Amino acid sequence: MMYGFTWDTATPLTYAWSILPIILIGLTVTLKAAAAGFAIALVLGLVFAMLRRSRFRSVSWTTACVVEFLRDTPLLVQLFFLYYVLPEYGVTLPAFLTGALALGLQYSAYTSEVYRGGIEAVPRGQWEAATALNLTRMQTYRDIVVPQIVPRILPAMGNYMVAMIKETPVLSVITVLDMMALANMIGERTFEYLVPLTMVGLIFLILTLICSAGLHRLQKVLPKAGIPLR
Amino acid sequence: MTDNVKPPLIQFAGVTKRFGALTVLDNFNFEVAPGEKVTLIGPSGSGKSTVLRILMTLEPFQEGRLTLAGMDYHEPGAAAPFRASERHLRNIRSHVGMVFQSFNLFPHMSVIRNVAEAPVRVLGLSRDEAQARAVDLLALVGLADKKDHFPSQLSGGQQQRVAIARALAMRPRVLLFDEPTSALDPQLVGEVLAVIRDLAHEHDLTMLLVTHEMRFAREVSDRVCFFDKGQICEQGSPEAIFTAPSHPRTCEFLASVLG
Repeated sequence: MMYGFTWDTATPLTYAWSILPIILIGLTVTLKAAAAGFAIALVLGLVFAMLRRSRFRSVSWTTACVVEFLRDTPLLVQLFFLYYVLPEYGVTLPAFLTGALALGLQYSAYTSEVYRGGIEAVPRGQWEAATALNLTRMQTYRDIVVPQIVPRILPAMGNYMVAMIKETPVLSVITVLDMMALANMIGERTFEYLVPLTMVGLIFLILTLICSAGLHRLQKVLPKAGIPLR
Repeated sequence: MTDNVKPPLIQFAGVTKRFGALTVLDNFNFEVAPGEKVTLIGPSGSGKSTVLRILMTLEPFQEGRLTLAGMDYHEPGAAAPFRASERHLRNIRSHVGMVFQSFNLFPHMSVIRNVAEAPVRVLGLSRDEAQARAVDLLALVGLADKKDHFPSQLSGGQQQRVAIARALAMRPRVLLFDEPTSALDPQLVGEVLAVIRDLAHEHDLTMLLVTHEMRFAREVSDRVCFFDKGQICEQGSPEAIFTAPSHPRTCEFLASVLG
């Protein structure tokens, strides 16, 4: 029994049906972690990309180092570090928050490169026109650059989103009870892994297919010139 | 040449601009009086556009002094001798507008948004005020009916007219035109020149125009400056330059462009 639901292992079908509610509870955790992680990655990645382009050498260089570090160390190591080492220095975060943060940090390094490519593809004339109109750098990013790069970076961002969703099970190692962790626990108790793990796999498949379809659709409806501002 | 009583609005004093080993402006001296319409002509690579780009703060320069309405481009007391703070540069920029060869409209913004955006963000106008101003200016350039279109739906000439309206919306004292018709199909040049010609009648607006349209330069300018190798080789009234050029390089250039 788990979360008040008892399982029925009589046949694979009744077994699957009986543990579905438990798996779905795990699914909400998976979705929340992916959503929070990706939101962090989207925002932080843009911040990194902007800092990387700073006129001040010290800022751009430091940012480059941080991004490189995040990108070149395994997610699992970062996860353990945040979860087990930080508390020794007085910073204790709940498991879920730690997981979302680690995902977000790691992926922000990837997304910052996507943003950087997108920003560099904006013609110089756009920056010059913004300067001539006396827009600040922040206003230029917000009103001119970002709306224009969205259609261009969408495919790459979509890939990272799907990749991140698929990577959420790693959070189970720091006791986050996501879909994968729950399926594993059910397996441990019933000695019957096939059904719960298959269910998890299928749900991930459905999830990523939905995401891909949504992105594809978004790409179609979004004008090539960028998010239209009327 | 300009025996004006008014002090110059723009003053280049011994400005030198280099791109690496290439010297684009060499100890360059140049003054523009308030309200004056000055055309810069000359072979490509002679530094005409660079003058405009320096004025728009798009390019730094290495030596000399440049002032606009008494403001020094090199902020007094700034740490590095030729690097002004962003705040100082924004202060200068508030007096200058620019129209680019390639229009540089914001492709994701409607025509009216292109014109109204900066007045809202920079001048602090309300959306309604800025849109009213934009509509007036679009009417001025003959494009009031296109206000809800996007740039890609307009011809090059129409895009450039929007770009002129966009620059005017900031109410600059100085308006810079960097080869505004060079990227246009020949049949679209006229409509853009007509708009600029109307603007040239505005007394308060100071205009600097880089162009290869010699006949137009002759019509609208108070003064024509012939550029060669980073310096003004000859300058004077349009009549003087076009009918009786004295410098051999000017004669050569005019002969080549006027055919």
